[in-house]
Amino acid sequence: MADYEQHDYDVIVVGAGGAGLRAAIEASAQGAKTALICKSLLGKAHTVMAEGGIAAALGNVYGEDNWEVHFRDTMRGGKMMNNWRMAQLHAQEAPDRVYELEAWGALFDRTKDGRILQRAFGGHRYDRLAHVGDRTGLEMIRTLQQHAVHKGIDVFMECTVSRLFKDGDRISGALAYWRESGKLLLFKAKAVVLATGGVGKAFQITSNSWEYTGDGHSLAYWAGAELIDMEFMQFHPTGMVWPPSVRGILVTEGVRGEGGTLKNSDGKRFMFEYVTDYFRAETAETVEEADRWFDDKLNNRRTPDLLPRDEVARAINTEVKAGRGSPHGGVFLDIASRRPAEYIRRALPSMYHQFKTLADIDITAVPMEVGPTAHYVMGGIRVDADTGAATVPGLFAAGECSGGMHGANRLGGNSLSDLVVFGRRAGLGAAEYAKGITSTPDVSQSEVDAAAADMFGHFERDGSENPYTIQRELQDTMHSLVGIIRTESELKDALGKIDEFKERARKTSVEGNRQYNPGWHLAMDLRSLLTISEAMAKAALMRTESRGGHTRSDFPKADAEWGKYNLAVTEESSGAMAIRKTDLPQMPAELARHFEEAN
Amino acid sequence: MESVTMRVFRGDASGGAFEDYTVEMGEGQVVLDVIHTVQATQAADLAVRWNCKAGKCGSCSAEVNGKPRLMCMTRMSALDVSKPISVAPIKTFPLIRDLVTDVSFNYEAAKRIPAFQPAPPPAGGYRMMQGDIERGQEFRKCIECFLCQNVCHVIRDHPENKADFFGPRWFVRLAELEMHPLDTADRTEFIRDAGGIGYCNITKCCTEVCPEDIHITDNAIIPLKERVVDKYYDPFRWIFGKLGIGRDREPRI
Repeated sequence: MADYEQHDYDVIVVGAGGAGLRAAIEASAQGAKTALICKSLLGKAHTVMAEGGIAAALGNVYGEDNWEVHFRDTMRGGKMMNNWRMAQLHAQEAPDRVYELEAWGALFDRTKDGRILQRAFGGHRYDRLAHVGDRTGLEMIRTLQQHAVHKGIDVFMECTVSRLFKDGDRISGALAYWRESGKLLLFKAKAVVLATGGVGKAFQITSNSWEYTGDGHSLAYWAGAELIDMEFMQFHPTGMVWPPSVRGILVTEGVRGEGGTLKNSDGKRFMFEYVTDYFRAETAETVEEADRWFDDKLNNRRTPDLLPRDEVARAINTEVKAGRGSPHGGVFLDIASRRPAEYIRRALPSMYHQFKTLADIDITAVPMEVGPTAHYVMGGIRVDADTGAATVPGLFAAGECSGGMHGANRLGGNSLSDLVVFGRRAGLGAAEYAKGITSTPDVSQSEVDAAAADMFGHFERDGSENPYTIQRELQDTMHSLVGIIRTESELKDALGKIDEFKERARKTSVEGNRQYNPGWHLAMDLRSLLTISEAMAKAALMRTESRGGHTRSDFPKADAEWGKYNLAVTEESSGAMAIRKTDLPQMPAELARHFEEAN
Repeated sequence: MESVTMRVFRGDASGGAFEDYTVEMGEGQVVLDVIHTVQATQAADLAVRWNCKAGKCGSCSAEVNGKPRLMCMTRMSALDVSKPISVAPIKTFPLIRDLVTDVSFNYEAAKRIPAFQPAPPPAGGYRMMQGDIERGQEFRKCIECFLCQNVCHVIRDHPENKADFFGPRWFVRLAELEMHPLDTADRTEFIRDAGGIGYCNITKCCTEVCPEDIHITDNAIIPLKERVVDKYYDPFRWIFGKLGIGRDREPRI
């Protein structure tokens, strides 16, 4: 029998970024006995890296802004694949959540009259992103972390959840291990909120940290929940490209929001060539109009430099392939020639610092070199918009690991707002659900033993495979075959390779002992990395069109028929991955009218 | 490709020693990249904490050639790679394994600090002027790498002081709360008693190592010391207090 410490809770929240923290705060405030479990130390989650800001129609810079404009921008940015109800709730509730952060101590940059300042960002009609220079995520996670700590929520740090358990059809608990000691913990819980973030570590060039191995996606999938939209992966257009060791590190869209422009090796502002019909009516046609727009958004249209991220990433990819790239295979991002040095240092301090330290580049003097980097997965656990409930009773999800909110492409700034809007809703949903459960559900001892044996098996095997090698090869595969531009033959190749990796991952052996052993941790993470990689490749193969964060060179156009369906991934009883079309929820007429003049 | 020898501390609470690993080093790499190469090729179980690899999360603090640094922001080109590069865990906190230490001291301190207590919002919401929040914003740049805690000799050289002294990171946090325009609490007594600010003799070691360039000593610690002095050691205030004058207007300094 496996040896473990046991904890009983009403609600456990897995992941302590913005969504997990907000969910735990809410569940606890509702009276649920709540635990917050996170793989890293508290305050280090990926939210800390968010730079540009949190999108909310506060109307502080442009009084014309309101939730309906934000809703429309979000849906159009998502190529209309968003769950309309999530997009609506998000746009309506984001302002309250921003003011809540302020009431909990966050210090956002201010307007001249002392209100929260907002900045321009891609795909947003008005200046909408509340921010703190370019370290908004740090401000947000610290505010939520401090609030949660002072509310006395139990936090299990450096603790990784490895399996979920069910009693009948409902969630009953989770098995986890302490990273420090390798010892096991069994959580018995009435409800589980997954807030584990994304999947970027499946790719070679990514802005994501080691934590982003698709844990929540996989835990939900193995527990029988449905994943949707896994074909939609966002490649952020501007990651660092040089030197090689920093390739992929994020360069905030705020650089363009503050006036920076993209240029090719001819010095041309090439984005004007890439305005699709879909965005033509709302995009500036000339350099003059684009530049006027920064100061007057009412009488000018948005610069094409700030088209949604999918559009900009594809454009950069095309420019580089056409031989008009920068020396190290990116394009130029120039703010040096457009804004005074002092302004750049104040508005973008961490960008200044990052380039200076890591690349010996002074961004106030010369242009940066940037290129696409795997950044955010739109796809995730299918949830009920209002409660965050997944398709398995007792399971909830919020933030990046949930799906639907952002459709085929997420707008910058909508992630931080997503975290707090739906983190709160999932925490509330889980607490309400837990109240309705009278007897604590049971966890089967034999299932715990089997899971534990699987986890510790890595030490007993005499396999020849190194987990780091498998991860690197998987990253290469996903990058080259399931990347920005996809095609049928390559996706099939990828699926074949993923099968081989799965076979090899069963033969990984690890050295050392259970105490803080990264090789062992990675060997266990490979299971989820491979699960989400397969889901992404399968969905990408099935969707024979191009839309948002899914581009097929063999089907280069959006297909209206495909616009009616999500792709849903589930695990069959045999363990095989099933994928099917499900109907995209249709919005009511009073919301649909916002799109009548568009396509 | 150039090769370099990394002299990495391996061990746990029961003891350990430096071990040499010679690996290839790529262009522009930082110390953390090379540590990862060691991990991927020669020591899969080498324990190291890291997350963002961009100087934003403060996880990968270590002592590189004896200097407290973030490994992700220390470029190999800034070091003399003709000699072995030593990488050791930060010293002030108990070792867990290899480069990972037990920093729970800090999380316990965070819990004890009296929480933010805002005044209720006026109609139309809070207003704060940019000039009034800039000091707070400076403090809130802190990424909690705990390098300031690591070099503070009050606790580095005298672990027994940990029971009575919070350390620079937590004075920054306290200063941030005390100077927050919306906050109404008075933490002066806490800063003096529980926080033990009197132990700090302003040698500025913390300020020197801060990767976020927070002026910890000048902008956080000294103003807090002044508040404590004003409240507890100002002879006029003491006399007026005895006479019952001014008690009803305890100033928030």
